[in-house]
Amino acid sequence: MGKTLFEKVWDAHIVKELDGGNEVIYIDRHLIHEVTSPQAFEELRRRNLPLFRKEKMVATPDHNIPTINQHLPIQEALSKHQVDTLLSNCEEFNVELFGLGHPNQGIVHVIGPELGITLPGRTMVCGDSHTSTHGAFGAIAFGIGTSQVAQVMATQCLLQSRPKTMRITINGELKNGVLAKDVILYVISKLTAAGGTGYFVEYAGSAITSLSMEGRMTICNMSIEMGARGGMIAPDQTTFEYIEGREYAPKGAEFDKALAYWKSLKSDEDARFDQEYEYDASDIAPMLTYGTNPGMGIKITDNIPLSLGNGSQDSFDKSLKYMGFTPGESLMGKSISHVFIGSCTNSRIEDLRIVAEFVKGKKKSDHVNALIVPGSKQVEKQAKEEGIDKILEEAGFTLREPGCSACLAMNEDKIPDGAYCVSTSNRNFEGRQGQGSRTLLASPLVAAVTAIEGKIVDITKHLN
Amino acid sequence: MEKFNKVTSTAVPLPNEDIDTDQIIPARFLKATDRKGFGDNLFRDWRYNGDQSLKTNFPLNNVRFSGEILVSGRNFGCGSSREHAAWALYDYGFRVIVSSFFADIFKGNALNNGLLPVQVSDDFLAELLLTIETDPSTEITVNLETQTISYDSHSASFDVNSYKKECLINGYDDIDYLVNIKSEIEAYEASSITI
Repeated sequence: MGKTLFEKVWDAHIVKELDGGNEVIYIDRHLIHEVTSPQAFEELRRRNLPLFRKEKMVATPDHNIPTINQHLPIQEALSKHQVDTLLSNCEEFNVELFGLGHPNQGIVHVIGPELGITLPGRTMVCGDSHTSTHGAFGAIAFGIGTSQVAQVMATQCLLQSRPKTMRITINGELKNGVLAKDVILYVISKLTAAGGTGYFVEYAGSAITSLSMEGRMTICNMSIEMGARGGMIAPDQTTFEYIEGREYAPKGAEFDKALAYWKSLKSDEDARFDQEYEYDASDIAPMLTYGTNPGMGIKITDNIPLSLGNGSQDSFDKSLKYMGFTPGESLMGKSISHVFIGSCTNSRIEDLRIVAEFVKGKKKSDHVNALIVPGSKQVEKQAKEEGIDKILEEAGFTLREPGCSACLAMNEDKIPDGAYCVSTSNRNFEGRQGQGSRTLLASPLVAAVTAIEGKIVDITKHLN
Repeated sequence: MEKFNKVTSTAVPLPNEDIDTDQIIPARFLKATDRKGFGDNLFRDWRYNGDQSLKTNFPLNNVRFSGEILVSGRNFGCGSSREHAAWALYDYGFRVIVSSFFADIFKGNALNNGLLPVQVSDDFLAELLLTIETDPSTEITVNLETQTISYDSHSASFDVNSYKKECLINGYDDIDYLVNIKSEIEAYEASSITI
């Protein structure tokens, strides 16, 4: 029997098999940031252990940094201490660091791919659940806790039980105005926030392979939102062209050798998956979430359902009460005061281009507060080179400096208590974007249209 | 890690489903650089009002309920990989979380910190929640050795990874094991084909 893409990459990384189905897996690259690494460095010191393979690690601050005036010292004392701790730890253990202001700094899941650190066939981890993003390149990438961060630091390995495999196939052509974000919100609305738990997902089909690398990253990024450990897409010509020439990618003969290997990384025809789902691209429309987990999504023009088929009515009702919505109501015409465009889900150059193209020559609604945050210094630089910052300014927006920002609101970028925010990020949990904030997840296009209109509209009637 | 063998305790019921790690420990409390004190902010925004007064109807603030066991609705711990969620639950005093379904990363983090996730059937969970609500003095016993959870005349078995079970009973961490097989890791590196 043939192997799935996941099995090919996983099996190539087994260091040792243990009784009871556990395996020791080798990790090719380890990304770290300021929030989930300090206790891991402390663990190394406490146990008097050296860092095993420092050349396989890269660090950047992203979660807990301001997105304006990054050239000035961080104002908030605890945040400053945490970022300074990352700096001093990287210095002590000699880890490559892209600090604030460095041209390679940015959200860890944006910089990995754009620097060519993320490669097909690699295993990658980070103390962050959205590490699944890197699976867009045919890598096995997943989020880990801080104890595991310390394990990888000390041994470059993790003890894992093998996840089950799932394939989600989406064939057909996506309709006008439907983006990768709508595809993944649609899938999660079908499978629920727990439907992927225990699985590693492969996304396949013509609607997936026709996406850019940016779109594929958006899809894989949100795999964790249905509980899956990770998501993957088989690398193809789009992948190889994206990688070639990037700073840390193999060059010349090394690239050719790697390419030959990467081309073998696809699921065999006779490979078997533990679970399979198929969807038709033409059924997918611009999406919006209405509740407090990412599985609570609807087509933007649909009404909120009266219940969730497989969940408790009490939890559903509590969720809608928090959001200030009633079962069965339409979101059309709802006034929106905040829009956030950014996060490891949607802060890449393609996302900013989509926003700029739509808002060009228009004006932001007066009552909307918008945060537009690029994913990295490189994205910021490219946006400026393309004049995107000017287009945004003329439409009443400001392009900020890179970071995780209002996705999780660890810094000052918070949505106020009770306010509605149409957000391109990945989680609509209670208080995620600030205490009492109410998040509606959407694509960058839906977010841009909302910022101009100041309310929820059927965006397909507003496309340029 | 502290050894785990058997816990007999009353329990706190929290029937909500899909409790995510942002509720367990909101992101604004992740600025610490050590592992201490997260229990104070466990379920912060569900325990406290904006003016820092207690939300008296929340089960953790309800004087009827206490104990080392938290019983919660399905898909407990979904969301982020923050281990701070497991630290906060442990620091608050919980040693066992009972649910009918756990998110993967949370489950791993809990096991790495001596906090035992016990997965039971939806029916067992519903019955248990009802029992605690009716009689909060009900004592529940979770025995890791025999992999059983029991109270009154009810009993159920639960699954636990055999390796993690051994770690919990003996207080071993994964890192101890991995550091001890370093020569095998180096042998793997020498033979690896990936880049």
